[in-house]
Amino acid sequence: MRASGRRAKWLVVGPPLLYLLVFFAIPTLIMVLASFRTPGEFGGLAPLVDEAGTLDLNLESYVRFFTESVYAEVFVKSFWYALLTTFLCLGLAYPLAALIAKSPKRHRNLLLLLVILPFWSNFLIRIYAWMIILGPQAALARSVNAALAMVGIQPVSLLFSSFAVLTCLVYVHLPFMVLPLYANLEKHDQTLLDAAQDLGANAWQRFWRITFPLSLPGVYAGAALVFIPAFGIFAIPDILGGPDDSLIGNVIKQQFLETRDWPFGSVLSIVLTVVALALAGFSAWVGRRNLGNPSSARTADA
Amino acid sequence: MRKRSIWLWMAAVTGYAFLYVPLVIVIVYSFNDSKLNAEWVGFTFDWYNKLFHNDEMLTAAGNSLIIALVASLASTLLGTMAGVAMYRYKLKLLPILVLTPIAIPEILMGVSLLIFFVLLNFTLGLLSVALAHIAFCIGFVAIVVRSRLAGMDESLTEAARDCGATPWNAFRYVTLPLIMPGVIAGALMAFTLSIDDFVITFFTAGAGTVTLPLQIYSMIKIAVTPEVNAVSTLLMLLTLALIIIASRVSPNLFSAEED
Repeated sequence: MRASGRRAKWLVVGPPLLYLLVFFAIPTLIMVLASFRTPGEFGGLAPLVDEAGTLDLNLESYVRFFTESVYAEVFVKSFWYALLTTFLCLGLAYPLAALIAKSPKRHRNLLLLLVILPFWSNFLIRIYAWMIILGPQAALARSVNAALAMVGIQPVSLLFSSFAVLTCLVYVHLPFMVLPLYANLEKHDQTLLDAAQDLGANAWQRFWRITFPLSLPGVYAGAALVFIPAFGIFAIPDILGGPDDSLIGNVIKQQFLETRDWPFGSVLSIVLTVVALALAGFSAWVGRRNLGNPSSARTADA
Repeated sequence: MRKRSIWLWMAAVTGYAFLYVPLVIVIVYSFNDSKLNAEWVGFTFDWYNKLFHNDEMLTAAGNSLIIALVASLASTLLGTMAGVAMYRYKLKLLPILVLTPIAIPEILMGVSLLIFFVLLNFTLGLLSVALAHIAFCIGFVAIVVRSRLAGMDESLTEAARDCGATPWNAFRYVTLPLIMPGVIAGALMAFTLSIDDFVITFFTAGAGTVTLPLQIYSMIKIAVTPEVNAVSTLLMLLTLALIIIASRVSPNLFSAEED
C-alpha cells in the first residue's frame, strides 16, 4: 500500500518535475556556466577543453562587465526607467484600484476585468498602438509641434524618444499595479476611516495616515510586479526608442543575436536577474515588515 | 466627501481611457481607407482582404496556431499534474521550478533556452518554440488548478476512497470533474499566452520560423501599415473570446491569479 502510494506520488510529481528540470533548470545552469567561458571564434562558446588540455573557465566576462563603465551606465539607465515606470504606474493605478474597491460588489468583477483585458491583448499590438498615436503625422504630434512653433521652439519627434518609451512602459505594466493594489484596498475596514473622520481628520489626513500606510503591502507587491518586467524589457525601446534609449534588454539581445558573445550576454542576463530578484525580495520583505508592524502608520507618516 | 469622489471618478475614467483609447485606435484604423494611420478618410475592408492574400502572414498564423495548440495541450497536462502535486504533497523543488519561470525576467528564459538548443544541435523551429512555451505555461496552469483544488471539499475524495475507489478512480471520477473548470481555464490561458508570446519566441524560433508576433514585429520595424491593424484586430478578437470563455468557466480565475 505504501509502495503504491509512493508510486502514485511520483507519477504525478515526476513528469512536470522532469520537464522543468530539462527545459528550465538545466538551460539556466548551462547559461551560468557559459558566463565563465570564452566566446568562440565564430560566436557561441570556445571549446570547453582546448588542444593543450586546459579547462576553459574564467572570470573575463565578469571583469569586463565591472571595468567597462558603458555597461554599468546602461544598467543604471534601465534602473531609472524601471523605477520611473513603477512610480507613474502607482500614481495612475491608485485611483483606479480605489474606485474599484469602493464600487458596489456586483460591479467590481466587471471593472477589474476591464483593467485586465488590455493586458491579454498582444504585447506588440500595444506597442504598435503607440507608434500610431505618437507618429509624426498623427494629431497629437501635429498639435504639440504647432504649439511649440507659436513660442518659437523647433518641432520635436514624439516617436523614437524617451517619452515614447516611458509612456509605453507605463501603459504595458499598469494592470500589474492595479491588481495587487485592489486586492489590498478591498480588504480595508471602513470603520477606521469613519472613526478618523469623527475625530476630525480631513480627507487628506485620512488618506495619508490610514489608507495609504495600510495599502503598503499592495504597493510593494505591485512595485515588484511592474519593476521586474520593466527592468528587462527590450521590445519597447527597440521599437519606440531613439538611439539613446537602448536599455539592458537591448544590449543582451545584441550580445546573443548580433555580436554573438554568449559569455558576456550570459553575464548581463545573470546580473539583470539577480538585481531584479533582489529588489523584488527586498520589497516583499519591506511589505511584510510593514504588515506586521502596528506602528507602520506612524513611520509612513513621517 | 462628494467632491472627493468626483475627483476619484475623473482619475479613474482617465485611467480606463488610457488603457482603451490606444487599442480602439488600432481597431478603427484597420477599417480606414488610407495608407497612413493619421486621420480618418473612409471605410474599407481592403486591409483585411490584403491580409488574407498575404502568404507570409497566413504561414505565420498557421505556425502560431500549431505551436499554441501543442503548447496548451502539453502544458495543461503537465500543469494539472504540477497543481495536484503541489496541493497534495509537501514538495520543495517542484514549486520552485513551477513558479520561478513566472517571476524572472522573460528574456533570461529566452536566452538560456537559445544556448541550450544550440549547444544540443537542436534545430531551432516550431518544435523548439513549442518546447519553450510549454515550460513557461506550466506554471500558470498549475496556479489555477491548485487554487481550484484549494476551494474544493477534500472529504468528497476521501468518501470515494472509503467506498473502495482506487486512488486513480477517485481522482478520475471525483476530483477531476470538480477541478475541470480550473483545468479548462488554465488551458485557455496557456493557449493565449503561447499565441501572444514574443520575447521567448524571438530567441527560440531561429531564422526560418515566423509566428504572428514575430511577423508583426518585423512589419512594424519597417513601417506602420494598416495591414498590421487588421491582423492586430483579429488577434485581439481571438484573445478576447478565449479570455471571456476562461473567466466564464472559472469565475474567480483572476482573483485566484493573485495568490
